[in-house]
Amino acid sequence: MIQVQNLVKKFGDFTAVKDISFNVEGGEIFAFLGPNGAGKTTTIKMLTTLLNPTSGKIRLDGLDPTVEKNEARKTFGIVFQDPSLDSEQTAHENMELDAVLYKVPRKVRAERIEQLLRLFELWERRDDCVKTFSGGMKRRLEIARGFLHTPKILFLDEPTLGLDPQTRNQLWNHVKHLNETQKTTVFLTTHYMDEADRVAHRIAIIDHGGIVAQGTSQQLKEQTSSESLEQAFLALTGSSIRDESASSADQLRQVAKMWSQRR
Amino acid sequence: MSAIYILWLRELKRYVRSRAQIVASLGQPLLYLLVLGFGLGPVFQKAGNGSYLQFVAPGVISMTILFSAIFSGIAMLWDRQFGFLKETLVAPVPRIEVMIGRTLGGATVAVIQGTLILVVCLIAGFRPAHLSLFPLAFVFMALIAIVFAALGTAFGSIVQDMQGFQLIMNFMVLPIFFLSGALFPLTDLPRPLTVITRLDPLTYGVDALRAVLINASHFGLALDVSLLCGIAVAFLSLGGYLFSRIQL
Repeated sequence: MIQVQNLVKKFGDFTAVKDISFNVEGGEIFAFLGPNGAGKTTTIKMLTTLLNPTSGKIRLDGLDPTVEKNEARKTFGIVFQDPSLDSEQTAHENMELDAVLYKVPRKVRAERIEQLLRLFELWERRDDCVKTFSGGMKRRLEIARGFLHTPKILFLDEPTLGLDPQTRNQLWNHVKHLNETQKTTVFLTTHYMDEADRVAHRIAIIDHGGIVAQGTSQQLKEQTSSESLEQAFLALTGSSIRDESASSADQLRQVAKMWSQRR
Repeated sequence: MSAIYILWLRELKRYVRSRAQIVASLGQPLLYLLVLGFGLGPVFQKAGNGSYLQFVAPGVISMTILFSAIFSGIAMLWDRQFGFLKETLVAPVPRIEVMIGRTLGGATVAVIQGTLILVVCLIAGFRPAHLSLFPLAFVFMALIAIVFAALGTAFGSIVQDMQGFQLIMNFMVLPIFFLSGALFPLTDLPRPLTVITRLDPLTYGVDALRAVLINASHFGLALDVSLLCGIAVAFLSLGGYLFSRIQL
């Protein structure tokens, strides 16, 4: 369902993704694990047509996202790592906008929006502007929005970042349900090893832009003779802490916070 | 089509909901209209050019539309930084539709802003020459709005931070305004200024508005209209091209 061969992404002198290759079968849940700055998000951006690769081959359901962009976009849905809501619109309006963009049939639109907003406990607040929401609520809304349509492939980029255990549980149950009933292929990244262990069929560990190991959780543990996935992860990637430099987006958010009196 | 509509609607909702912004964005044109309109009035009259308020009103309306339209395009900067842009960029909708929805939304907002200033002009004592031509003013306001909303989208597609925004404001938008003949007549200008004003798209917008509002056109309405339409097509193509190439 997802085929990646010798994928490379360079930003100037810096190589963010170094020659990675992997395959994700249809109906599989595939986890991409790696420390901060390992190249997870850059890879997802290339898979989802937001970024052109420097070299390498990608196929999504047989389509090349660098050429058949629009056809490729029809195959997937995505929950981004960082916020992507329209904060000036209400929760319901955000859902509706996406339902239109993703061509959810008009007949089921209202029903599905209500069902998802209730599932993630946002129904009571549906007519409030997103800018009044707490971080957790925004996150829940993004996830609810990601489930609006039923694509063949679902990309989840650190979906559980900043979620409470209840919502986290809700999310993974829903993902598993989709995977089992709709045969949705799921490509996820996370920092939480227990989650990857629990839901993913196969795991790839990426560090410094390259894949250092891939296989089932069991295989990774055996390969490193570790007891838990977390130990295996540390054995493979070392224990030094990575820093990400602030992007221009972070800087601008800082400015926006200074000027905004609403918060 | 529904994608264009929902993105157009979003721009309008954002506009209606930011009341403070509406008031703030009308401040500058009001200043130009009232201070210049009444301040330069006597000099203008003595030079034998008639009422300056009559003359400058179409210019100030064009300016309002210019600023508002370009701003709406550059506001993409915020959508880029706050992530909403990428949500629309991965949606299974041709990017050109996303671009058109945004651009038309921005243009509509600009026409509304221009209309508000037109109303203020009427209150301040501005009188259109022919009431029968008055509705045509809205057609040209819309044309100006589309030209510059498209240009704004083109800018918004390449600008990545606040510094770039400042650069465009100071080196593109303000010159477009000041060199358009919005504030002064285009007759008897020094040669270089004549050349520059003729390269400025807004010149033809202001001129077209003057043609229908105060019955005074420098180039003639036919030339204004054909040039504006041509520029609109060119800028829409440019905006569409740059927008489709955005990488995040």
